[in-house]
Amino acid sequence: MAVSTTGVPTGAPAPDVPTRKGKRSAHRWTRRDRVVLALMIGVPTLISVALVWVPALSSVALSFTRWDGIGLDSIQWIGLRNYREIFTIYPPFYPALWHNLIWLLFFLLVPTPIGLFLAVLLDRELRFTRVYQSLIFLPVVLSLAIVGFIWQLMYSTDQGLINAVLAKFGAAPIDWLGNPQLNLWAVLIAASWRHVGYMMILYLAGLKSVDPALKEAAAIDGASDWQAFRYVVFPALRPINIVVLVITVIESLRAFDLVYVINGGRNGLELLSVLVTQNIIGEASRIGYGSAIATIMLVISTVFIVIYTLNIFREERR
Amino acid sequence: MTAVQTPRQAEQGSARVERRRRPVTRGRILLHVFLVITSLVFLFPLLYAVYTSLRPYAETAKYGYFSLPRALTFANYAHAWQQSRVLHFLVNTLIIVVPSLLLILLLSSFVAFGLARFGVRGGKWLLIMFTAGNLLPQQILLTPLYQAYRLWDDQNWVVEHQAFIYDTYWGVIAIHVAFQIGFCTFVLTNYMQTLPHELTEAALVDGAGAWRQYWTITMPLCRPPLAALATLEFTWIYNDFLWALVLMNTGDKRPITSALNNLRGEFFTDNNLLAAGSVIIVLPTVLVFVLLQKQFVGGLTLGANKG
Repeated sequence: MAVSTTGVPTGAPAPDVPTRKGKRSAHRWTRRDRVVLALMIGVPTLISVALVWVPALSSVALSFTRWDGIGLDSIQWIGLRNYREIFTIYPPFYPALWHNLIWLLFFLLVPTPIGLFLAVLLDRELRFTRVYQSLIFLPVVLSLAIVGFIWQLMYSTDQGLINAVLAKFGAAPIDWLGNPQLNLWAVLIAASWRHVGYMMILYLAGLKSVDPALKEAAAIDGASDWQAFRYVVFPALRPINIVVLVITVIESLRAFDLVYVINGGRNGLELLSVLVTQNIIGEASRIGYGSAIATIMLVISTVFIVIYTLNIFREERR
Repeated sequence: MTAVQTPRQAEQGSARVERRRRPVTRGRILLHVFLVITSLVFLFPLLYAVYTSLRPYAETAKYGYFSLPRALTFANYAHAWQQSRVLHFLVNTLIIVVPSLLLILLLSSFVAFGLARFGVRGGKWLLIMFTAGNLLPQQILLTPLYQAYRLWDDQNWVVEHQAFIYDTYWGVIAIHVAFQIGFCTFVLTNYMQTLPHELTEAALVDGAGAWRQYWTITMPLCRPPLAALATLEFTWIYNDFLWALVLMNTGDKRPITSALNNLRGEFFTDNNLLAAGSVIIVLPTVLVFVLLQKQFVGGLTLGANKG
């Protein structure tokens, strides 16, 4: 299979291959079969287009309008004004953007390396390795909303564990989730608790696909564990690193539930996703603003989605 | 067979014993100590939630939350269960999860079958469209979707003042299905491509139509990825917070995860009750994970790693 695919040059003969294949099977399908197949592919495609792609592109269109949401005829085209206002006079925008960026950097610098480190430790013949893996992975099955609840048991000012421990040392209680200087970091620790396991599992899968002969060769050449990892294993993890980067970016943009259950995403916990939601179901509903912020999120995520799909579908060619 | 394998197994066994015995050194022990501590650190927030949930509020109020137990009781659970009508919200969740799950697996296997077993022109682009759609942050679709749902109902096309999409289970199910078929189509297409073509060729010769090839030949072979996807999707839809929050208006109709916020305000008034409530809500997903762990992890890495 792989040989025949690579054997075909990417130039002229390439389009010939699918046609031939298509014709070959097309001959054997009856008319009824073709209707069945068309429906099988067509219906889900229609659902996906109607409920995912049309709304996504409508966000872009609506970002150039002013609309109160009552009746389609009240939509007013106002060009770039929403963007101009968001960048100049909309107070929560820059904090939200900044918090999303901190979220991303924190995820890349803290839980991701920890996940990789744990994966490297666990990817060997080791007693109980499955048990360790499951325990560290367990938080991944919890929703971020529940993660917010569970960590409130730690952080809450008068009923939280951390302040109870601090009180034993005579320290004054700290408002972990209310203080805008602190709460983002408190939330990031809670979110990382869940992210580490996810990263660990992805890296474990990646490490399995690294050829063990490479590691053996490095060991024979007298490389230390660290050298073997740095110069042999890590470069071989390139494909999974791209997946990890994309997933981390997308997860950082999606972050919503956790801050929303804690304080509705205000007072130090503003995020782009929260602003979009507030502009629909919040008190100040401005559809144009919400759509413009969604469009900004779309632009950022598109870059990484393209990287991801290119990566995956190019692999397939090989 | 066994005669051939036995010596080899014995050899492997001894090799493994040797390999294992050799590293029972300080390094190995330190590694285990480190991993035990790390596992406990990761487990700690959950263990602490369980511990707090078992303590009477009066006791924690008197001695503080950082203290040894005097009495342990299930009273908080009984309290949380009765007062907040957890069962009612869990049923709401089931009403959403079950149809969503079935529709997602059915529709995505349709597309996967069409793309993998039947050379469709532009099939690769279709697959890219499905895969990319699943990666979009949900907020990008949120505003137009919300408006479309509301406008649709305002049209009063069928019955006056009757909600058809907005604030209904079908509305939430529809977006779950649309959003999640992307991921499942991707996984299933890749899996079906690895199935030998001879299987369906033989069926073709026997005169089996497209539907029979799909239902009686391909689908039974796809049990492993279907099981993995069902496990993953159950957890994801159970955990959904955003869609039901925005696309449903009546608090009473919301599934458990989205209902959390109101529950805390109204019923989970102290941290002991909050802990009990959290443990109850977490239980189904933890149970699914413990029972079907292999499926869960397998599905997750299948999607990300692409085999």
